[in-house]
Amino acid sequence: MIIKDIIFQLSIRSIRLHFLRSVLAALGIVIGVVAIASMGMMGANMTLSVTEELSSMADTLVVTAYSGGGGGGGMPGMGGGGDDDDYISKDEFDDIERIAAKYGTVYAIYQESDTIEVGDKKGRATMYGLDEDMFPGLFTLTEGAFPRSTNSVIVGPMLVERLDLKVGSKIEIGDPDEGPTTTVRVVGILEERGMSQDINSDMAIIGAEKLFTGIFGGEGEYDQVNIVLNDLDDTETVTEQIEDKLNRKEDTVTIQDSSRMIESITGTLSTMTIFVMAIAGISLLVAAVSIFNVMMMSVTERIREIGILRSIGTQKNEVRSMFLYESAILGVIGAVIGAVVSLTVGWLVVLAMVGSTEYFFAPASLVYVPFAMAIGTVICILSGLYPAWSASNLDPIEALRAE
Amino acid sequence: MNSSPVVELADVTKVYHLPSGDVVALDGVSLSIEEGEFVAIMGPSGSGKSTLLNQIGSLDVPSSGDLFIDGKNIGEMGDRNLTEMRLNTIGYIFQKFNLIPLLTAFENVEYPYILKHRKKDESGRVNHILAMVGIDSDLSRHIPSELSGGQQQRVAIARALVNEPKILLCDEPTGNLDTKTGRHIMDILYGLNSEGRTLIMVTHDPAIAGYASRTINLVDGRVA
Repeated sequence: MIIKDIIFQLSIRSIRLHFLRSVLAALGIVIGVVAIASMGMMGANMTLSVTEELSSMADTLVVTAYSGGGGGGGMPGMGGGGDDDDYISKDEFDDIERIAAKYGTVYAIYQESDTIEVGDKKGRATMYGLDEDMFPGLFTLTEGAFPRSTNSVIVGPMLVERLDLKVGSKIEIGDPDEGPTTTVRVVGILEERGMSQDINSDMAIIGAEKLFTGIFGGEGEYDQVNIVLNDLDDTETVTEQIEDKLNRKEDTVTIQDSSRMIESITGTLSTMTIFVMAIAGISLLVAAVSIFNVMMMSVTERIREIGILRSIGTQKNEVRSMFLYESAILGVIGAVIGAVVSLTVGWLVVLAMVGSTEYFFAPASLVYVPFAMAIGTVICILSGLYPAWSASNLDPIEALRAE
Repeated sequence: MNSSPVVELADVTKVYHLPSGDVVALDGVSLSIEEGEFVAIMGPSGSGKSTLLNQIGSLDVPSSGDLFIDGKNIGEMGDRNLTEMRLNTIGYIFQKFNLIPLLTAFENVEYPYILKHRKKDESGRVNHILAMVGIDSDLSRHIPSELSGGQQQRVAIARALVNEPKILLCDEPTGNLDTKTGRHIMDILYGLNSEGRTLIMVTHDPAIAGYASRTINLVDGRVA
């Protein structure tokens, strides 16, 4: 150890002697480490916050009628129980409920898009109808209360913003040119929920089943059945059982599992993160070139010293480690400073790009700091390999002759 | 006293292969040096003095012929063994002092000690040797560039002595010093020889060579 110590001392003193040059070289590593760490943290924070947003509905299985497109627009009043229907019949719903009730909560949704009028403002909105007993379990209100009478509704925050609604506002549903309209009263305003597969409530009007069928008809012809599972692990069991029951002869329903969507989104995000980090990695390559240059200069300047060391009995590998220590010290110093700076820069980047630093201190995010440090240090040592090797292989006589 | 010579050359030839042609630096040199001798090697520039010294100093190996240092044939050694030989058996004193600029005088002397013993000097040997060559503990805390030429050469002699080498090699030890300082250095070296240490010194100054008990003259790579 002591031998390492004296060799290590020589490396440290050499760095101290050429302080500015060493600092500049280490600065390259700092920049590279900061770039990689903050890009990595940005990606991790994006993934974490998106996953969190999406996983609020990851426990929901969405069952829609097979083919014909699950996006609403089913012509009401078509009747019949044929297999080509684009709705889920009461019988099918009962089947689903029988299967899934023990795994979670099952509820059916009516969905329709129609013209609405608020005062003199006209527009279109999606209207959902579902069992009013489900409201408190499914939705969170920012204002008002859940509907108690059949002509009261709750509305999404984006609709509120667009149409200037407030609790107590009246909405006229239906196109007056085509038939009778229905007037409903807003009693509650929903919290923003974001994009989701089960119910897109941000731009919607939500009312009781009776209200919906009163306006649009089509009782017992559900557009969608949602199953909120108690345990995510039951996803496959429930899916298989429903498939088995309803899709045995021919496909009548489609079951969508949100976890697959989350997987594909996080997959895309991590590909993007790796790509951005690779670009950040280029800055480390540039740093490696500058470390290489500094080390070569250090070797060239110290040829005579190397000759002295060799002539008084220093082994080749000891000379080699002296220069490797030097580049390792630069690498470690650069990496440590880089780690500290990247916590600040990373925080700012995450704040700017993701909008929230809620997940900044999550392990999946912070892990990029040691990761970038390791890459920075390793690159530094690697770029010191050749200079160290060439220093140790100098002919002592030639080296002593150098000025 | 050991009866076998501490340095023995048998028909040693050194040829440098240069692009302009081969240069014969040593041409069949045979000589032997007994333990305790003080030998001066003299000769004009290009006569092969430095080459001879580098061979004895185990910095280089002969192209042909045998060169025994302390009974070992260095022509058969690899770099690792040659380096060990330089560390343990030979003390090298250069014309340009060649101290390590990053280390203090004390550390310069301690450095070969650490390489050999794998531990720091706790025996006081480094300080003792430094005192012996006239460097006090104040001076020994300075780095070489803060010392005068004479002081640097004293430190270099202390460094050469720290591992108790069998042979002290001096390459123009007074070449970079004024006459008075040079005489002090020569007094130290002469004293070391009187204590029984083998000294081999390259010089072109007859006055300096006068300190030696034997002078070997080299001309064109041959012993004249």
